[in-house]
Amino acid sequence: MKVALFIPCYVDQFYPQVGMATVKLLDHFGVQHEFPKAQTCCGQPMANSGCMPEARPLALKYVDVFKGYDYIVAPSGSCVSMVRNHYESFFTEEDHAANEVRKRTYELSEFLVNVLNVTEIKGRFESTVGIHQSCHGLRELRLGPSSETMKPRKSLMANLLASIDGISFSKLQRIDECCGFGGTFAVAEEAVSCMMGEDRVNDHLAAGTKVLTAGDMSCLMHLEGIIRRRKHDIKVMHFAEILAEALTSPVAV
Amino acid sequence: MSHPTLAQDFVDNKPRAQWHDKALWFVREKRDRMAASVPEWEDLRSHASAIKMHTMSQLPTYLEMFEAKAKALGVHVHWAADGDEHNRIIHDILQKHNAKKVVKSKSMLTEECHLNPFLEKNGYEVVDTDLGERIVQLREETPSHIVLPAIHIKKEEVGECFHKHLGTEKGASDPKYLTEAARGHLRERFCSADAGITGVNFAIAETGGFVVCTNEGNADLGVSLPKLHIACMGLEKVIPRASDLAVFLRLLARSATGQPITTYSSHFHGPREGSELHIILVDNGRSGILAKPEFRRSLGCIRCGACMNTCPVYRRSGGHSYESTVPGPIGSILTPLRTPEQHSTLPFACTLCGSCTDVCPVKIDLHHQLLAMRGFLDRKKLLGMSKKMSMKFLSGLLSSTWMFTTAGSAARTALRWMPRFAIYNPLNGWGKQRELPEPPKKSFREQYADNNKNSGRPS
Repeated sequence: MKVALFIPCYVDQFYPQVGMATVKLLDHFGVQHEFPKAQTCCGQPMANSGCMPEARPLALKYVDVFKGYDYIVAPSGSCVSMVRNHYESFFTEEDHAANEVRKRTYELSEFLVNVLNVTEIKGRFESTVGIHQSCHGLRELRLGPSSETMKPRKSLMANLLASIDGISFSKLQRIDECCGFGGTFAVAEEAVSCMMGEDRVNDHLAAGTKVLTAGDMSCLMHLEGIIRRRKHDIKVMHFAEILAEALTSPVAV
Repeated sequence: MSHPTLAQDFVDNKPRAQWHDKALWFVREKRDRMAASVPEWEDLRSHASAIKMHTMSQLPTYLEMFEAKAKALGVHVHWAADGDEHNRIIHDILQKHNAKKVVKSKSMLTEECHLNPFLEKNGYEVVDTDLGERIVQLREETPSHIVLPAIHIKKEEVGECFHKHLGTEKGASDPKYLTEAARGHLRERFCSADAGITGVNFAIAETGGFVVCTNEGNADLGVSLPKLHIACMGLEKVIPRASDLAVFLRLLARSATGQPITTYSSHFHGPREGSELHIILVDNGRSGILAKPEFRRSLGCIRCGACMNTCPVYRRSGGHSYESTVPGPIGSILTPLRTPEQHSTLPFACTLCGSCTDVCPVKIDLHHQLLAMRGFLDRKKLLGMSKKMSMKFLSGLLSSTWMFTTAGSAARTALRWMPRFAIYNPLNGWGKQRELPEPPKKSFREQYADNNKNSGRPS
């Protein structure tokens, strides 16, 4: 199994620990991996701004960098959704390489559960964890049930976390409201963005969250920015970091 | 004004913005409970979506069928290409009947056509009979929501407004008392009206009848007393069969307000004896939307307002920040399609969270259309210079791995060494209320290479 790591550009530069936690998880499950060095960005910032001609070279580059791998794994639902759901305008339907790369790009929890058939993480993590459901993972990749739809779905990340010993979860008032990051929205609509983030953080504070987690560092970058500015006592970790840390703590027999 | 500016104003009054957010979230939660009580909810949505898509694919056929059937029932059918023609037609009908006093139940189409100011300018008295709309009308405002037009107004403010206009006690804010007062006031208007205007929720092609949904019964009353009823509908309101109502009526009120059904679903099949019924079919840009495949599905909208109630941005910026008859997610598609120059910031008043898409009873892919709308504005060169230039720059930078890693490393170093005041300067929009990430010494790619070196793997 030839696996490539796709580490989103801002994770590469600002949250290397999330990439390293992903590496640790793949190592633990015996998956050989490579990091194709030419990779940069999937093109989402440009595409979400409506600048399709500017996003295009990055989509082409992505396919070029990742073609030939069996699986491409990323610790980000948002970037995976960009590749899987929003690349169609850049390629023709017959473009074999693009079709294959898009199909083979997986979000981390999806890869663990649906490809490796991981059902539990044997380890310990003692804390009250608050889950932030990142929108693109939830409503674009359907990695869990959204509160709007009446369709039961398995929550991949929550199930993995729940299998860890010692972990407990905070109960939120609004289980999957957007954090307000939204890419350039965070700055273009700063007032609403920060109010949204503040509301999420307050929900977690009231629910007793000690560790705030999500599948996307972009949401967490925004929420952590607010938490640190307001000096709240909440630690922020990508779910890969929690899983990886749990693996290093033995389970009590 | 742009959406961010108006939204900033709204958020500046934080307690009020929080109150607004909670009021709408309450409606969203009611909707959730109602939707959950219908086991086949998702099937209903798919069914509704399929009916709408089918209807849009054969819209001219169904419209002509509706026209023929309605005429056979004795209805006068008119076609209006735009808002102006719609208003002129109403003016002509009213003139012919020498009608001066008009009562109107809620119709977003007449809001879209700016019928009220037109009629007032021409010497008519127009009274909105929906309570929320009446409040908004007395305050000389526009609705801030398509189903809850006065959702932005607190009961104390309604009390002030009624004290001024209806002579209620000063300082009174008891909703029951105020509603009673409005009821008495509206009753007089109903009794003296020469004509009643309504909107149309569903027009049935196979019967020529139509349905108007209200909670207050004001549409019924408004058209039962006068001898003239004018119903105004957008072209997209037609549905093929009467049995399709079984799908839409179940979805509409549950999605809109979390009720199992609207209190009144009034069916009109031709005029009452001794009175006249007119229907005006209005295009006003709709056929243009029909011609755009990527936005066609937006015509399926049944105006339930669920996308507004769920939208985290709408709830925190208020309906007026959209400067559009239909605000919120669906408005941010429909309005820029008509007036892209004036409304170019609307598709960006959105985090692409997708909640609107999942809540929509007719499964309009709202957040994907909002994304497509951004591309539409780019092609029209309406993104604004700074956005376009920064994206061109970013694209160039990210296209080269070397430039990307060099810039990333430089940014991390700068963030570590620059003094706080230089980083958190007034130009740093991110840093106004948020910290930037703490820059690590080494990027992931460097750590990965180190890791491989240490474990003897090729990097």
